[in-house]
Amino acid sequence: MAKERKGIEVSLAISEAVCQADVDVVSAYPITPQTHIVEHLSELVADGHLDAEFVPVESEHSAMSVCVGSSAVGARSFTSTSSQGLALMAEIFFITSSLRLPVVMALANRSLSGPLSIWNDHTDTMMVRDAGWIHVFVDNGQEAYDHIFWAFRVAEDKGVRLPVAVNLDGFIMTHMIEPIDFEDTELIKKYLPPHRMEGALHPDNPLSMGCFAMPEMYTETQAARDHALLNSYPVCLKAWDEWAALTGRKYLPIETYRTEDAEYCIVTMGSFGETAMNAIDELRAEGEKVGGIRIRLWRPFPFDDFFRAAAGKKYLIVLDRAISFGGPGGPVALEVRNALYKKTKAPTVVDYVAGLAGRDVAVNDFKKIILEGKAKAEKGKTKGYTLYGLRSS
Amino acid sequence: MAKPMEKISWQELEIGAAVSEVGNAMEYKTGSWRSLKPVVNASQCIRCGVCWIFCPDTSIVRAADGHFEADLEYCKGCGICAHECPVGCITMVSEEEV
Repeated sequence: MAKERKGIEVSLAISEAVCQADVDVVSAYPITPQTHIVEHLSELVADGHLDAEFVPVESEHSAMSVCVGSSAVGARSFTSTSSQGLALMAEIFFITSSLRLPVVMALANRSLSGPLSIWNDHTDTMMVRDAGWIHVFVDNGQEAYDHIFWAFRVAEDKGVRLPVAVNLDGFIMTHMIEPIDFEDTELIKKYLPPHRMEGALHPDNPLSMGCFAMPEMYTETQAARDHALLNSYPVCLKAWDEWAALTGRKYLPIETYRTEDAEYCIVTMGSFGETAMNAIDELRAEGEKVGGIRIRLWRPFPFDDFFRAAAGKKYLIVLDRAISFGGPGGPVALEVRNALYKKTKAPTVVDYVAGLAGRDVAVNDFKKIILEGKAKAEKGKTKGYTLYGLRSS
Repeated sequence: MAKPMEKISWQELEIGAAVSEVGNAMEYKTGSWRSLKPVVNASQCIRCGVCWIFCPDTSIVRAADGHFEADLEYCKGCGICAHECPVGCITMVSEEEV
């Protein structure tokens, strides 16, 4: 593919990126709203554009199992899922990271049952927050396209060797048609060299993966796993830097919008960040000193970057898209409060949960949340969380 | 294994805790949870090897004199050898009694 800018559905752009990344194995089961990604990939393979094995499995549990097997022999492997599919593959999802296999997944975020819903929120990805994968959240189609290459680059790095989930909001992004800058395949080849995995399964070098571990060993294996994830952070940065050098599009683990002189900020993850910017602009015009903080890298969590972005602010209004039932509120706010714990002059955190299962959160809603959150922070009403737009009699 | 399991630090593990050393399961002494052990009456034993064939854990070994006996480092005391022995020369004995 040559460098070109074209209007395309984001799901199809992701498939094209997977094609340009020259994967060896695609294994997937279609599930809304991820379906178009694997549908188009099956076409790309069938039409000979992508020389890969497309394995149409009978369930998501098998989809991830096939990726574990193919990745273990050193094949570049991709899958994609959403919601209930992720729940069904959860068992293997944890095993992928424990075996340190560089599988890449496009995770079209969608609410979990029940009640059954096909629309977007972050409850599915929060379910696997602690699975040991690298998690990145993209805000728009261009970022989704770019991050497929970034994900393989990071996953396959010798010092990382971990699976990467590229989280994108279901429907809001997967079914949106956007103008996207496609890169030349030659440039992609420069950024993403062929995959050569040391310690892959091969008859010449007998090796056992996923062995049984006695209590004397398990703790050590988990420490190694955690260090691997934490140590992936500099590689994530380097991969973004090199992508910026090649394409001019620069990404950071924590991104800020009009925060320099902001007194308080709204903190978002995923596509909420784009709408929040409009609300911030409108509120700025009304004299509010508000800024936006977007969390791009969710695991490993960039604690220092986050603190730098939040330092000197009075309040942070965190917008969550999932509830930690019976817990402190939303998972992002939990993380943010943790990042700020015992920091001097830490901003006050107010937690809002909004947009569950696709309920629309428009610019005006953002403005309301920001102003209401600010008022709550000023009054010290920061306990728990607020479900925005909840009807109660 | 180069080192006993309880002395291996997390930094020494291979990526993904993979195991590249063939036959290292020898190091895992799994006979410690046994409550009964097989005792062979050598004078009755006909050296047929049925116990050796049926042992699910390859814990029956052939002794130098051609008789069969259990390797107690790995025997779990399941009693299959005693059950299958055609001449009934194997008795399951409580660990506590002997």
